[in-house]
Amino acid sequence: MSMLSVQNLKKYFPIGRKFSLGQGGSVRAVDGVSLEVQRGQIVGLVGESGCGKTTAGRAILRLIEPTEGRVLFDGEDLTAASGPDLKKIRRRMQIVFQDPYSSLDPRMSVFRIIKEPLDNFFPELDSRRKKDRVVETLGRVGLLPEHITRFPHEFSGGQRQRIALARALVSEPELIVCDEPVSALDVSIQAQVINLLKKLQRELNLSLIFISHDLAVVEYICDPVAVMYLGRIVEISPKESLYKKPFHPYTEALLSAVPIPDPALEKKREARLLSGDVPSPLNSPPGCAFHPRCSLKIDACKEVRPELVEVLPGHWVACLVRGTKFKNIQEGASA
Amino acid sequence: MSHLLEVSDLSVSFHLLEGIIPAVAKVDLALDEGEILGVVGESACGKSVTAKSILRIIPTPPGRINSGRVLFEGRDLIELPEEEMQEIRGEKISMIFQEPMTSLNPAFTVGDQIAEVLRFHRGLSKPEAWGKAVEELRRVEIPDPERRARSYPHELSGGMRQRAMIAIALACRPRILIADEPTTALDVTIQAQILKLIAQLQREIGMSVMLITHNLGIVASLAQRVAVMYAGRIVEEGPVETIFNDHHHPYTRGLLQSVPRLDLPQRDLQEIRGTVPRLNDLPGGCTFSNRCDFVMDLCRRQEPEPRPMGEGHFSRCWLDERPWGN
Repeated sequence: MSMLSVQNLKKYFPIGRKFSLGQGGSVRAVDGVSLEVQRGQIVGLVGESGCGKTTAGRAILRLIEPTEGRVLFDGEDLTAASGPDLKKIRRRMQIVFQDPYSSLDPRMSVFRIIKEPLDNFFPELDSRRKKDRVVETLGRVGLLPEHITRFPHEFSGGQRQRIALARALVSEPELIVCDEPVSALDVSIQAQVINLLKKLQRELNLSLIFISHDLAVVEYICDPVAVMYLGRIVEISPKESLYKKPFHPYTEALLSAVPIPDPALEKKREARLLSGDVPSPLNSPPGCAFHPRCSLKIDACKEVRPELVEVLPGHWVACLVRGTKFKNIQEGASA
Repeated sequence: MSHLLEVSDLSVSFHLLEGIIPAVAKVDLALDEGEILGVVGESACGKSVTAKSILRIIPTPPGRINSGRVLFEGRDLIELPEEEMQEIRGEKISMIFQEPMTSLNPAFTVGDQIAEVLRFHRGLSKPEAWGKAVEELRRVEIPDPERRARSYPHELSGGMRQRAMIAIALACRPRILIADEPTTALDVTIQAQILKLIAQLQREIGMSVMLITHNLGIVASLAQRVAVMYAGRIVEEGPVETIFNDHHHPYTRGLLQSVPRLDLPQRDLQEIRGTVPRLNDLPGGCTFSNRCDFVMDLCRRQEPEPRPMGEGHFSRCWLDERPWGN
C-alpha cells in the first residue's frame, strides 16, 4: 500500500461578486489530481506558474480544504479526519515553503521557531528534552547549537531554508512537501540545499513531494516525476523514462525549452518553441487544456478531455494523440 | 580596434545606515559592435549595479560612483551633463528589466509608453508616434497589435509585458541593449520565446547586447563573450567556449558544477561551500578566498589583478595552473 494516496483531488476557488459567491464561476486550480507516494520516494511535481502545483501541495496537506477528492495517508482518510485524529496525521506530514524570507516569523528566535512544532505535537515533553531535540535537529541541517538564540534576519537565504527544514523535521514526519525549496536561492547555495535534502531523505527514509518549475533540479533529485498543466497531471512516469522519452507534447516542449550550459550544444540545439501563453485556469479550454498551444492537435482534442493512459510500464500520459495511438499499437501487437 | 563601449576602473558604493557597501569595485568591461556579452553572477555580485551605472540610473544618494570611466562614442558618460545623458538613454543605449510589471507604468497603455519614446527622441507627432508604436508591437510579435497598443500593462501576460518592454527599448533602434535578467520572472516556455526574440532582433538591428543573468544556460545559448562577477568584481572574462570549457577561476568552475544538467548523465552536484560574503565584510585578499577549495596563503594576503590567460581571456586568480583536469 502506498504511504500517501491522492485520489481525484480538486480545488476550485470561487470567484464572482460578493453576494453571489459561486455564481461567477471558479478557478479550477487543481482539477482531478491523483498521485501515489511510496515510503522513501521523492515524487517530483513540475509545471509552470499557475499550473496548480502549489495548490495541489497545500490541498494534499489540507492546509487548504480540497473541494473534492480524498487523501489517504497510511490508509487514513485525511480529508475526513478532524480534531485529535487530524493532529496525529499532521505531525507526520510537514511542509517547506519557497521563500525563507517570508516563511519564518522575524520576531521569533531560531529556538522558538523550531520548538513550536514540538509544543504543538509533543506537549508532554519537558523543556530540557525539547531543547535537546531542537539542537539535534539544527545539527542535522548543518547549523550550530549557538544559532538557537539568533533571529532569522541574521541568516542568509540558504541558512534560512535550513532553519525552515529543521522546523519541518523536528516533529519527525514521514512526508514533507517541499514547495520550490531552492527557487529563491542562489545557484551555489541551491546545490547545498539540494544535497542536504537528498542526504536527509536517505538518512531518515523520508518521502518527499518536491514541487518545482526547474526540470533539471527535479531530474537530479526526484523519481517518479509528474508534469502538471492547468490543474491536471498530463504525464507521470519514472524519471528515466520521462526524461529519455517524453510522450506528452507539453513535456517535450518544456524539456526542450531549458537552455543547457554548454555553448557547443546550445548552438546545435533547436528549441521546440510553444506559441502563446498558458491560458488562465479561469476559463481553461474545453477538451485537452493544452490543445491551443499544441502542434500535434487533432479535432478531437478540442472536445475530448484525455485521461491518463499507461504507455510504458509506469509511464502514464494524458494525450489523445500520443497516449492512445501508442496504446493501440501495443494492444494491436499483443492481440 | 576601439570598442563600442568601454568601462574602466568602475567603482560604485552605497552609503547606507549600516555602513558603506562597495557594490562594484574596479570593473573593466568592453562591449564590441554587434556582440552579445553575458554578465553572470549570483545576487548582489554587482552585475545590475554595473549596468545601471553605465546608464547612470543608480539612485544617488545612497549610491555613489567613486571612480571610473564609461567611454561611448568618444564621450565619458560618467561626466556627461544630465540633459545629454537623457538623449542617450532609450535612444542610443536602452535597458530592459527583470520584472516587466514594475518597470512599465500601470497608468498608461503600452502604446502610449512606446509612443512616448518616439516623441521624446524623434519628435514625432502624436498620431505618427502611435502608428509607429503599433508597428513596434508587431515587430516583437504581439498578436493583434492595434488592439494590444490600447491595453494597460495589467491586461497583458508576463511574456507579453516583456515583449512590450522590448518594444519600448528598441523603438529608437539603440546601439546597445542592456538586458537585466530579462526572463527570470518568466516560465521556461515563455523564456525560450523571449530569448529567441532578443537574438532575432539583435541580428536585425545589428545592436550590441549586454545580457545580465544568473542562468548559465541562457549565457551559453546567446552570448559570444562572458564576464563572471563575484562580490562586485569581474573574476573571469573570456570567449563563451573558454568560460564553459577552459575556465581558470575556481568560482567559475564552482558555478558550472553546482547546476544540475539535463544533458549529462547524473553526477553529484558540487556545492560551493560557505555563503556569499556580505559586501561590507569581505575577506581580505581575494574575495573568494574564504570559499575557494584551492586557496593559498597569497590569496588571503593580496587580491589578484586580472591576469591574462589566453586570447581575450582574463582571470582574477593567483593560480598558475588549473588544479583540476579537463
